Amino acid sequence: MSLYLLWTDILVWLLVVVMATSFWRMMRSPLARERWYRIFHAKVAVASAIVLGFYVVIALSDSIHFKSTDSGYGNQIVSLLDMAMVHRKSTSERTYSAPFADHEYTRSIVTDEAQKKRVQRFLPLRYVQTGHFLRDTIEGLGTGILFAALLIGLHLWWRARSAHKHSPASELHSSIPWRTAYTVFALLSILLAWLYIMSFSYHVLGTDKVGGDLFYASLKSIRTGVLIGTLTTLVTLPLAVILGVSAGYFRGWVDDLIQYLYTTLSSIPGVLLIAAGVLMMQVMMESHPEWFASTLERSDLRLLFLIMILGVTSWTSLCRMLRAETLRIAQMDYVIAAQAFGVGRWRIMLRHIVPNLMHIILISVVLDFSGLVLAEAVLSYVGVGVDPTMYSWGNMINQARLEMAREPMVWWSLFSAFSFMFVLVLAANLFSDRVQQVLDPRSDA
Amino acid sequence: MIGYLIRRILYAVPILVGVNLITFVLFFMVNTPDDMARAQLGAKQTTPAMIQAWKHEHGYDKPLFYNSSAKGIEQVTDTLFVRESFRLFLFDFGRSDANRDIAEDIKSRMGPSLSIALPTFLIALVTNITLALLLVLFRGSVFDLSMMIVAVMIMSVSGLFYIIAGQVLFSKIWHWVPISGYAEGWESIKFVLLPIAIGVFAGLGAGVRWYRSIFLEQVHQDYVRTARAKGLSEIAVLFRHILPNGMLPILTGVVVVIPSLFMGSLIMESFFGIPGLGSYTIDAINAQDFAIVKAMVFLGSVLYILGLILTDISYALFDPRVTL
Amino acid sequence: MLIILLHPTLFASVWNSPYPEREMKGNTLFGVFSSPPKHLDPVLSYNANEWHIIGQIYEPPLQYNYLKRPYQLEPLTLTSMPKITYLDMSGREVKKTDKTVAYTRYRLHFRNDIFYHEDPVFAKQQDGTLLYGALSNSMIEKLHSTSDLPIHATRHLQASDYAYAIKRMAVRQYHSPVLDTMMQYIVGLDQFSVQISKIAAETFRQHKKLDLRPYHIKGVQVQDNETLDIVIHGKYPQFLYWLSMYFFSPIPWEADLFYQQEGLKHKNLTLDTQPVGTGPYYLAVNNPNRRIVLKRNLHFHREYYPSLTPKEAESASIERQLLRDSGKQLPFIDKAVYTLEKENIPLWNKFLQGYYDASGISSEAFDQAIQIGTGGEMGLSDAMRKRGIRMLSSVSPSVFYMAFNMEDPVVGGYSPAKQKLRQAISIAQDQEEYIAIFMNGRGIAAQGPIPPGIFGYEKGKAGTDLYVYDWENGKRVRKNIETAKELLAQAGYPGGISMKTGKRLKLYYDTVATGPDDRALMEWRRKQFAKLGIDLVIRATDYNRFQEKVRKGKVQIFSWGWNADYPDPENFLFLLYGGNAVVDTNGSGINSTNYKNPEFDALFREIKTMDNTPQRLQKIEKMIKIAQKDAPWVWGVFPTSFTLLHGWFRNVSANAMANNTLKYKRIDVKQRLKQQIQWNQPVYAPLFWIVFIAAILILGMVRIYRKAQNVTLKRDEVQS
Repeated sequence: MSLYLLWTDILVWLLVVVMATSFWRMMRSPLARERWYRIFHAKVAVASAIVLGFYVVIALSDSIHFKSTDSGYGNQIVSLLDMAMVHRKSTSERTYSAPFADHEYTRSIVTDEAQKKRVQRFLPLRYVQTGHFLRDTIEGLGTGILFAALLIGLHLWWRARSAHKHSPASELHSSIPWRTAYTVFALLSILLAWLYIMSFSYHVLGTDKVGGDLFYASLKSIRTGVLIGTLTTLVTLPLAVILGVSAGYFRGWVDDLIQYLYTTLSSIPGVLLIAAGVLMMQVMMESHPEWFASTLERSDLRLLFLIMILGVTSWTSLCRMLRAETLRIAQMDYVIAAQAFGVGRWRIMLRHIVPNLMHIILISVVLDFSGLVLAEAVLSYVGVGVDPTMYSWGNMINQARLEMAREPMVWWSLFSAFSFMFVLVLAANLFSDRVQQVLDPRSDA
Repeated sequence: MIGYLIRRILYAVPILVGVNLITFVLFFMVNTPDDMARAQLGAKQTTPAMIQAWKHEHGYDKPLFYNSSAKGIEQVTDTLFVRESFRLFLFDFGRSDANRDIAEDIKSRMGPSLSIALPTFLIALVTNITLALLLVLFRGSVFDLSMMIVAVMIMSVSGLFYIIAGQVLFSKIWHWVPISGYAEGWESIKFVLLPIAIGVFAGLGAGVRWYRSIFLEQVHQDYVRTARAKGLSEIAVLFRHILPNGMLPILTGVVVVIPSLFMGSLIMESFFGIPGLGSYTIDAINAQDFAIVKAMVFLGSVLYILGLILTDISYALFDPRVTL
Repeated sequence: MLIILLHPTLFASVWNSPYPEREMKGNTLFGVFSSPPKHLDPVLSYNANEWHIIGQIYEPPLQYNYLKRPYQLEPLTLTSMPKITYLDMSGREVKKTDKTVAYTRYRLHFRNDIFYHEDPVFAKQQDGTLLYGALSNSMIEKLHSTSDLPIHATRHLQASDYAYAIKRMAVRQYHSPVLDTMMQYIVGLDQFSVQISKIAAETFRQHKKLDLRPYHIKGVQVQDNETLDIVIHGKYPQFLYWLSMYFFSPIPWEADLFYQQEGLKHKNLTLDTQPVGTGPYYLAVNNPNRRIVLKRNLHFHREYYPSLTPKEAESASIERQLLRDSGKQLPFIDKAVYTLEKENIPLWNKFLQGYYDASGISSEAFDQAIQIGTGGEMGLSDAMRKRGIRMLSSVSPSVFYMAFNMEDPVVGGYSPAKQKLRQAISIAQDQEEYIAIFMNGRGIAAQGPIPPGIFGYEKGKAGTDLYVYDWENGKRVRKNIETAKELLAQAGYPGGISMKTGKRLKLYYDTVATGPDDRALMEWRRKQFAKLGIDLVIRATDYNRFQEKVRKGKVQIFSWGWNADYPDPENFLFLLYGGNAVVDTNGSGINSTNYKNPEFDALFREIKTMDNTPQRLQKIEKMIKIAQKDAPWVWGVFPTSFTLLHGWFRNVSANAMANNTLKYKRIDVKQRLKQQIQWNQPVYAPLFWIVFIAAILILGMVRIYRKAQNVTLKRDEVQS
């Protein structure tokens, strides 16, 4: 068993490092720190941040892959999450089953040995142990409570310890609604722990057409959603910032060229541009089968390309905003003064202009996140989304459409995708609202 | 004004050339003339001889950008790129894989697209503004707060869910409207009712929030305070001051999307089987009919640029601070 | 809003009818088409969906009897079956069994009472030229369809119309998909094709119209107005089947010339969209994006619903109901409205609401529609039966298979080790599970290339692939996975690990994947290989690219299918004939697996021209045994198709070969209307709830506003 990072794994951890360092650097400035704490003064922001945190942790745990070298089922690449969910990854039922069911949802044709004839009946599920519902529930809830209590306790202890110092930071710190944070954290931990423990003996969210566990599928989809939401910005930001700031600062032909570039790009309908890009990428991947050794790597590569295409097609609006803001800032006294002192252009851009654009960038990043998560579903529906073999909410919804037409309806597939997606997007929306409220100078806080 | 317009339109030309270049490069990388031939012939047995014959017949055996066998200016003009681009500029979109004239198809599909997009747009505009005004009227109350939460929730649901749920509820269970389909003329009403309703509802969250913030900006202006101080009732203030002043940013923000309404809605049309341009595009993507996709990209860009020009004009007409 | 609510369509007894009322009340059939037909020109069309439409409009010389089984050809526009004469090199008549047979002549004698439907293309001037042969641009601009032109006319069907169609086939520029095949048979077609294509190229370059009347093919001779001779090389009994296909339907020269007008092409009005035929229906509306409407051809010749002798009826196991209209004049239905339904869900729901007369069963709807009887047979569920729905099932003459590229260095080749590798993989593919999961049991696990209903298909032990199955107690049992592992080890891959390299065997599988179901399918496929310890890399692509890869032999393992052109084993076995291998024919062959076994090929050449005799059967059996041992395919599935019919839809017989079946069908309009109304009563209650809730909300808001206003007023008073 050895560590084996996929392309998107590398990128997502790179993003974590970049975010951590920039966060750490920003926190050194008291002003920025105060702003950040102000975001978390609202209960909504704290609660949604914790929800987002859960999603991110799951996505990250699904972004550390190992290659198993034992010869059981070939060279399988599994993530940490897969290992934790191995009881649901490697076992699958035959077909649909409802959440917590012990029988299949549809009748199958079997030969009755006793009566020597073929009959239609509901077959029992193979990987379900019924009868311990209460015991498992208590175990699950207990684990969740214990886990939450432990972490909250640790944090309380740390807070109490640092409270003596009476630094301005600790004052800001204490104004955060910690009680809300603890409640949300505890509730989520208990819910997840319960679902997790129950998933050993039941299919807590039911199974899909070929008997795959939907709880597992939903958890796996988190990585896809979160990665598309975050990594796209990793592609967008450098393009938008460099081009936007240069256009606003250098003006003249540079400005004309960049304006031309983004007007042209943004005048092409987004979906069509993405579709064209995705189709092109498919052709490219087909002519280079040596790029990927397994289905997983193939779908990962496709995800990577999709993210890049999304990035390349979505930098234009941010770029436009940054250009306008740079135009404004470049006229400010301190920039003109710096120029008069002979400070280099690049230095001015880096030191004086970019830091003053941070709030726009941040707002657009958090705003785009939810949009991108939703876009993934639509793109998968159109057929230009992630690989059909990849777990994603878009693919789940797409499948669920057909299931809704069944009589009786198979609702749990749609329900799983809906609830996991809804919670994430809702949290992201609420959080971005708050960020916008605090960081946007124009909004009336 | 007219001079400005001409300048704007001339400015659109290089952009459209750029659009053309991008689409040409993208599509000729994925869709070689061989693919086109195979799709057009689309039979059980397609032989290489048939493909060659088709390519020659349609001139797809020419080089992409540079024709070394031609002379003079023809080296550049007698190429696929120039030929294809010129055809697009003349709105000659060629024939689709199903061997139909694309321009004719687009013409006949605009109607159905508009019959959904336009009512959705207008009804959404009216509903959103009405609700936003209501929220402004009740700002700070429980009503305002709960509606804002509802708005965020509406925003957080993928549009696909609304469509699926709407179809199941209204068509399958309640038998109110046909599940899908379309008809010409007044017959079409029962077909477009549900898509329009879902379209309006799905856009409610984002729309109401946006209009509310615009109106709230006006509420804090001095003239509104003065008006209120004069003893005008809250409703009168709303209609006489806040609404008219809020209309300017709304108008200029909304004008840009009007031409794009012709493009139709991709998802809605394909779910409801409406033979508009949206489902045309989706089908083309799924069937990899690049001639159509290319035509739609070009058309979309033209309409977008038209929207930008319209926005500028509306600024000039309605915003006293701007002169062209 | 009020105006919308008061609109008359909403006051109809049902709200959700997708059709106008007058159409619902007429003697109309309501059907579907799942994708827009690309080609309605019989020279080009080679697709079941398209033939479903043009089958009602064009009439080739022969047709399949609607009711008889096994499938049997009968004259359609002929007075009797073609007279067959065998000729030697010098054109002398010889006996069929004579060694010197060089040609076969088919003499077709046509009926003289057949007319085309009324169409403007037949309108003529005094001198016999087309009245509308040269339409002005302004006139074309006003046209929506050809039938907008005021003067319509008709004319007799003539033998020369059939000859004209064959001549059109020869023109390369018309891209006939069967030209290359037909050139092997029809005498003189190859030379003619070269000549006429050159002439066509020149004519089109000058923007002129190509009139094929002055040109003649050596082997296609018009004897008189009613007689046509077609001479083919050697013996090819299957040629008769070709004469029932639409490539051989008559094309009136008037239509060909009329639709060559340049301006009409830009209006999407061509022979490819506007068929002109002698069939029972003509195309009244062609909007491939939405609906296609067929209307009755008032000039349709006399034709009667087929009768069967009691013996024939028994051998075809026909329901008695289907014989009720025997001897009555066709057709029964006045109009057929086909609506575009790309997806199963709306189709199924509308079928249940009574707005479509028939429907297939998608896998989503399967549980709702089908239940298993006590004998294990599939029958309709009670819910369906209560609605008066009936079911029709038949095995389609088609096969889906997974093929190995026999040229591939890893999976291809004919050594015993390679055979064992493929056999091991064949055993591991649990087709029975595949059929159960992905096809709801609607299919039979194939044992060879020939599906049931085709000569050469066998049941029981004789029809079992004993390399993959065991025959135990009178039942077919798939060999267990241990046997497969053993075979794999013998092939040099114990446990899936190559003995040579020590690495795990990795295979590449190409498939067409676009839909949401495909993920599950691919996962299943991967698992089947994993059972043997083989890594399967799946390359999912679109159909275009997939085809290209297969044609170039750039695949290792892939899945494909074949749908019979005619009910003869030759039409299946030629998929494995070495002479058709794609790698040798520059991609034009049909044998995409590149299977080449000299013994098999020799037998194939023999059975090709044989009649269905016991000798033929014996040889076919031998061929299948050879192929089973070599295992170039994992024999996949013979699908069974189920169709559901409403009680008012009658005379529907499952005939997989015939396309022109609309004329036999019948509809009870009164019953349909009654049940549509009964099944589609709108549920009013939610409407009242919505109004109620809206009212409460508005009232609440008014109250809040009044209160707030009072507060501000009071506050204002205090302030002032």
